[in-house]
Amino acid sequence: MSLDFDSARLPNPYLTAEHEQWRSQLRRFIAQEIEPFAEQWDEAGKIPDDLWPKAGAVGLFAAGYPEAYGGISEGLDIWHGHIVHEELCRVGVGGVTAALTVHGISLPTVLKFASEAICQEVGPAVISGQKRISLGVTEPGAGSDVAQLSTSAVRDGDDYIVNGSKTYITGGQYANWYSTAVRTGGPGAKGVSMLLIPAELKGVSRTPLDRKQGWWASDTATIYFDNVRVPVGNLIGEENQGFKAIMANFNLERLGLVVDMEAYARVCLQEAVEWAQQRKTFGKCLSEHQVIRHKIAEMKQRINATQAYIQSCSAQLESGHANAGDIALLKVQASQTMEYCAREGMQIMGGIGYMRGSKIERLYREVRVNAIGGGSEEIMRDLAARQYQL
Amino acid sequence: MSLDFDSARLSNPYLTAEHEEWRSQLRRFIDKEIMPFAEEWDEAGKIPDELWPKAAETGMFGLGYSEELGGLEEGVDIWHHNILNEEMSRIGAGGVSSTLLIHCIGLPPVAKFGSDAIRKEIVPAVLAGEKRISLAITEPGAGSDVAQLSTTAVRDGDHYVVNGSKTYITGGMNANWFTTAVRTGGAGGKGVSCLLIPADLEGVSRTSLDRKQGWWAGDTATIYFDNVRVPVGNLLGEENQGFKVIMNNFNSERMTMSAAMESYSRVCLEEAVEWAQQRKTFGKCLSEHQVIRHKIAEMKQRINATQAYIQACSYQILQGKPNAGDIAMLKVQSSQTMEYCAREAMQIMGGISYMRGSRVERIYREVRVNAIGGGSEEILRDLASRQYGV
Repeated sequence: MSLDFDSARLPNPYLTAEHEQWRSQLRRFIAQEIEPFAEQWDEAGKIPDDLWPKAGAVGLFAAGYPEAYGGISEGLDIWHGHIVHEELCRVGVGGVTAALTVHGISLPTVLKFASEAICQEVGPAVISGQKRISLGVTEPGAGSDVAQLSTSAVRDGDDYIVNGSKTYITGGQYANWYSTAVRTGGPGAKGVSMLLIPAELKGVSRTPLDRKQGWWASDTATIYFDNVRVPVGNLIGEENQGFKAIMANFNLERLGLVVDMEAYARVCLQEAVEWAQQRKTFGKCLSEHQVIRHKIAEMKQRINATQAYIQSCSAQLESGHANAGDIALLKVQASQTMEYCAREGMQIMGGIGYMRGSKIERLYREVRVNAIGGGSEEIMRDLAARQYQL
Repeated sequence: MSLDFDSARLSNPYLTAEHEEWRSQLRRFIDKEIMPFAEEWDEAGKIPDELWPKAAETGMFGLGYSEELGGLEEGVDIWHHNILNEEMSRIGAGGVSSTLLIHCIGLPPVAKFGSDAIRKEIVPAVLAGEKRISLAITEPGAGSDVAQLSTTAVRDGDHYVVNGSKTYITGGMNANWFTTAVRTGGAGGKGVSCLLIPADLEGVSRTSLDRKQGWWAGDTATIYFDNVRVPVGNLLGEENQGFKVIMNNFNSERMTMSAAMESYSRVCLEEAVEWAQQRKTFGKCLSEHQVIRHKIAEMKQRINATQAYIQACSYQILQGKPNAGDIAMLKVQSSQTMEYCAREAMQIMGGISYMRGSRVERIYREVRVNAIGGGSEEILRDLASRQYGV
């Protein structure tokens, strides 16, 4: 045995032959359609639009969504979703994973709480890769503290009139819809609703946020709403009940990010071990120097612990007993592990790891977006402490 | 929910009602016969001899040994062992649990590799709590590097003549037998045998190592062998095959220690949370200060990861596929977690935890014996990197 991406995966009692089949199928697609180009897309800051329908055709967007809307849910479990994330992350280009999985943080809420007409319009279009949807929660003045958001939606006949702006919206530049958190009522969480806003409506504009530390391949945007008239039927869930809808999605969003981070940590391990076994210094392989061997062992230790913790939280979710505190802290565990492995991987690789084009160089720049997005480490500890009733 | 010893345990899909029954049974015994006295024994540096036969009645010594030898094998799996270690560590007095269960590392080589006569003489006596056995490997000049040991056993007719000494032997002052690693052949690992040496033979003497940092209740000793004549029939396994016998033992010793360390960490968490919720500073409970809440969340994060990792390695063992590298790194994960939790719990509790009599004070002093015994963190990283083929 050695330590490559696959051999460094702990045995997982929940995986069946079908899961492995799903993994191989995805890996073939990714090896052919994504891996050879991902770095180039990242440097160019753009993924070709035809990737979405291609990915849609192999079912990459379908896992876990109802058949009625073009999804596949029968016989699928949480692990099918994890495998999608893991295999995409194996490419080592976070912008690609983010762009291709961003619907996963808004579509489940839409399909659960929106009207049948909306579900029929949005579900099949997104799942087949014809259209895209992004989540619009964060504002220039409010992020994790969702209850403070100020984008307003004022009822006027059969419409809401929306004013305000949203920022750091992943996929925001090319999205066809925004699943948007708006204030329909008084201050605090009880005045928040979720509203599906088509990007083409009059009064919607966007500017790209393209000077980012990482995730270059993916489009990020600030969205402005200037007296945008949105039909009342576009409400996702009840009026002023949006906070619940947003919160309901967080466990899954965090677990998706966690699976990504563990996989990125494993990519760092694989790259570092491969290099250490071929690079010679002071008359022997890097991997024969004790201090390098110990760095590798410590990376693997944290990866093992994170993988096992993912197994545990996934089993909790599958059995319907999700513990939001455990999941929040798992996100911290995973970002610390990714940060550690990116750092140590780069120390082991030296100069070559610092050159653009190296997976480690990129992942190192993509640590913080994972450690902050979906709830920063500090927000996660606050949340966990409340959940544990401290 | 809150964070006490039981509620801070992750859900474990492998536990059955039988396991929980075993836990309750052990807890009743421990709460009645050990918990109220543990501190006093620790301060006195002595556990009453009658505790052994009492503890034997619960079946805790016989776990996993064949019925024919006085054990209980049927229906027993690794979780029964993990629960035993968890419940014993809940006492928060490592000297008591390590001494009472020290046969767990000395007896398996006898039961597995001893002659029929030897097994029948020794195993039932130890499992009944009438006699005791310790493992003697470390020497003043050789520890984890077992292949370097220098205690000699020279064949003379039907006997070996043994000369040398062993040190840091847990339970060594009161043991009736020593499962001893001796050199019967040439240099290195291939010249090592495992020999059962009765403590009452002529030429065996011992001195107490009673000025230790922790584990005060436990007896630790240096053992001297001065021309001790040991029957050849006391060999455990083949001559010069002792290295294998010793190595065979290490995975289970490390799992045992990992379960114990996770449990000690959880005791620290429980004590810190209880204190933080009642102690008032600057007009509010300690637990309402954000920095204290975050410390608690970080303790729980590491405890969660360690628990999940224990589950993953236990699953490997249940499948008959233990990975020695993963288990070695689990022990490092566990000692780092215990060290972190002992430190942070003391920071939260302040003066009260610095006073003797607090479980946290004692556990803090018992971090290093766990982080060094059974293979130091450094030795385990060496071992893991070899196992991983780096």
